[in-house]
Amino acid sequence: MDFPLWPEAASTVAGDVDNLYIYLVLVSAVMTLLIFLAVFVFAIKYRRRKADEVPAPIHGSLKLEITWSIIPFLVMLTFFWWGAKIFFLNATPPPDSMDVYAVGKQWMWKIQYPGGQREINELHVPVGRPVKVTVASEDVIHSFFIPAFRIKHDVVPGRYDTMWFTATKPGRYHIFCAEYCGTEHSGMVGWVTVMNPADYENWVSSGGISGSMAQQGERMFEQLGCSTCHLLDRQGRCPNLRGVYGSRVQLADGRTVVADDAYVRESILNPNAKIVQGYKPDVMPSFQGQVTEEQVLQLIVYVKSLAITGTPGATAAAPGGAGRRTTQPNGGNQ
Amino acid sequence: MSTALEQPKAQEKPNYLNAEYGWKSWLFTTDHKRIAVLYIISISVMFMLGGIFAMLIRLELLTPQGDLVNSDTYNKFFTMHGVVMVFFFLVPSIPATLGNFLVPMMIGAKDLAFPRINLLSWYIYIVGALFALAAIVMGGVDTGWTFYTPFSTTYSNTFVITAAVGVFIAGFSSILTGLNFIVTVHKMRAPGMTWGRLPLFVWANYATALIQVLGTPVVAITLALVGLERAFHIGIFDPAIGGDPILFQHMFWFYSHPAVYIMILPGMGVISEVVTCFSRKGVFGYPFIAGSSLGIAIIGFLVWGHHMFVTGMSTYAGLYFSLLTMLVAVPSAIKVFNWTATMFRGSISYETPMLYAFGFIGLFTIGGLTGLFLGTLGVDVHLTDTYFVVAHFHYVMVGGMVLAYLGGLHFWWPKITGKLYPDGWGKFSALLVFAGFNLTFFPQFITGYLGQPRRYHAYAPEFQVLNVMSTAGASVLGLGFLIPAIYLLMSLKSGKQAGDNPWGAKGLEWETASPPPTFNFDETPVVTEEAYAYAKHEEEPVG
Repeated sequence: MDFPLWPEAASTVAGDVDNLYIYLVLVSAVMTLLIFLAVFVFAIKYRRRKADEVPAPIHGSLKLEITWSIIPFLVMLTFFWWGAKIFFLNATPPPDSMDVYAVGKQWMWKIQYPGGQREINELHVPVGRPVKVTVASEDVIHSFFIPAFRIKHDVVPGRYDTMWFTATKPGRYHIFCAEYCGTEHSGMVGWVTVMNPADYENWVSSGGISGSMAQQGERMFEQLGCSTCHLLDRQGRCPNLRGVYGSRVQLADGRTVVADDAYVRESILNPNAKIVQGYKPDVMPSFQGQVTEEQVLQLIVYVKSLAITGTPGATAAAPGGAGRRTTQPNGGNQ
Repeated sequence: MSTALEQPKAQEKPNYLNAEYGWKSWLFTTDHKRIAVLYIISISVMFMLGGIFAMLIRLELLTPQGDLVNSDTYNKFFTMHGVVMVFFFLVPSIPATLGNFLVPMMIGAKDLAFPRINLLSWYIYIVGALFALAAIVMGGVDTGWTFYTPFSTTYSNTFVITAAVGVFIAGFSSILTGLNFIVTVHKMRAPGMTWGRLPLFVWANYATALIQVLGTPVVAITLALVGLERAFHIGIFDPAIGGDPILFQHMFWFYSHPAVYIMILPGMGVISEVVTCFSRKGVFGYPFIAGSSLGIAIIGFLVWGHHMFVTGMSTYAGLYFSLLTMLVAVPSAIKVFNWTATMFRGSISYETPMLYAFGFIGLFTIGGLTGLFLGTLGVDVHLTDTYFVVAHFHYVMVGGMVLAYLGGLHFWWPKITGKLYPDGWGKFSALLVFAGFNLTFFPQFITGYLGQPRRYHAYAPEFQVLNVMSTAGASVLGLGFLIPAIYLLMSLKSGKQAGDNPWGAKGLEWETASPPPTFNFDETPVVTEEAYAYAKHEEEPVG
């Protein structure tokens, strides 16, 4: 029977997490043994021998109290420091990461690639290449968990979060939803397939796709009528979206924001939240309820492509093409 | 052991049990001891109910396929297990029962400061429990005991409001008990009972009371907001109507993290009493054990964010919460070290309560240390929401709190009932509980690191062996809980008379009769010595 006691380690961060975990286990084992041993030895050695014996009291010792407060705390600080290092590493995707988008929905994972491929409960990634996953939820809170990569991130409705990993070993590994999300929570599972780069290129090109994610977004953009105002309008009712993504936007209320994923999403679903300077509120209707989270992501990738090339629908988004992005602020998800 | 001085047969000395008879004398009593007994009965019923849900969960998890019940039912099982155990057993467990019975006696008072409020708090608890039971009977709740939004406010089709109202109401019972304890400890100490002489059990309950009074209103407000959003679609937590689901988690954990200290601190108080008694020795480092209770109560309010490291909170907030989590572990460690040091050169005997104390020290140590794993940022990312958390939490709450409760119940059972239970059975079931507990929950640390998420109805087949071990352990554990229920109840009828002080323990509660008279002491005691003065020669005359 398949009976593992240790999870597979298949990402660059997994080894470090394992080492820290082993360190924690060792320190804890030593501590626990010491306490057990002391209790055991005292219980035997000082067992009551005469019914009426009364041992002399020991009131305490300041030196001991200080010692057993400070030393454990110093050891704990090493846990803290090492754990924090991994946490910060997890929070900072390398600039050359390829993008993947995962939308959680009761009870499945919908995966999209910039190249336009879409999958349900399956994620394909190449070995040795950083992958940045932008996660979003269609309904309740989910959590995207890949035990073999030792990473997990909650998927919270109403916002984007990012997580990243570099897979190190070809194979198939579990994807679990780790945040309880209703009836079929335990069925919200899938597989990540890690492939050699050549196999991955084959996989990418073999899919019969209806255009890249940016092209899918462009179609949405036209269907929903966004293009009338945001690209063609000459009367100045709406900001032209060419070159907007990644830039700083001056708002009517005096604030400046960076046009990142979260900003574009909010502008689609709640257009009055941030009005660009020089424009009026209540011009654009909300698209809340008319577009799914997946479609919003397609629109974002399209708007992003407008920034890179200035040409609508250009093939900016070959898988991993994100590497050419200018210094893009990190999602603004904090 | 007990040099149980058999009372002469014509024993019927007036005490709180025989003072009055009839159901009215119980339901309208203002005697803190009778109210404690009412609480013991009520929380035992709730514990059994929560235990039945636990057994059903473990039965389902015997096989990886979800084949015993359907997913909705399973989700209700773990939700009701959590709601019943946390809010209706663990939170009131020691303060409302042993605390209620002992805090006034330990400080030499006749009763709590507000006896009627004390009775009111029991009624409020019962009303809350009835709501929870109603939610179960009507069809259950499936949100998890954490009521996370927007699932609980928008998506769940179960009786969320009924259950939330139950928890909301029970919260007031907790607040009133806390309030009563604070006033009692401040105002009703007997002459000579200075703060530096308070038994450590009183210190622990005092620290707990502070958390109850300061923290519980926050969870009440939070659940009220959940009800408002669910019933009237006022956008507070659901982003689809303008709310923020993470706000809920901040509010919920602002109470619910300190609440785990509400659950464990009184247990630590019990251990301090038991370890000193069965080592027949003054406690090592009194001011540090007492002070660490307050330290836990204060720092415990500053660490709630460690439940939320993967929600996308700022990495810097993560740093802060991780660091403070390390800090809050220090006072807990201090307690463990001091208990161990108390045994050094003691005169140790192994009666049932002491076996539970041994078990507590070991299991709480493991529970505490694994808490550090979860407070360590990079590791928590992998471990959170897996069975590792389940194992850690049960090591603290069952290995710690429930063992302390059982230890305390066995320690003061002779005082409460005037009867002795069969110590052999006591020891046997204490060992059974210890073995069953470890077999149940230790494998879950491993399944957790392997990545088995919690709250899964069906799980990946490679986790099965460890889950079978858990289920096997749970049946041993269940037996370990059942046996004491039987012999303790039987001892009411057939137990030997305990005498006033069967363990030779120190403390004012042991200087009065067993069971104690209605007003605890015939004369107000005067305290002339520090706590646990075992070496001072036998009782100086009191009063």
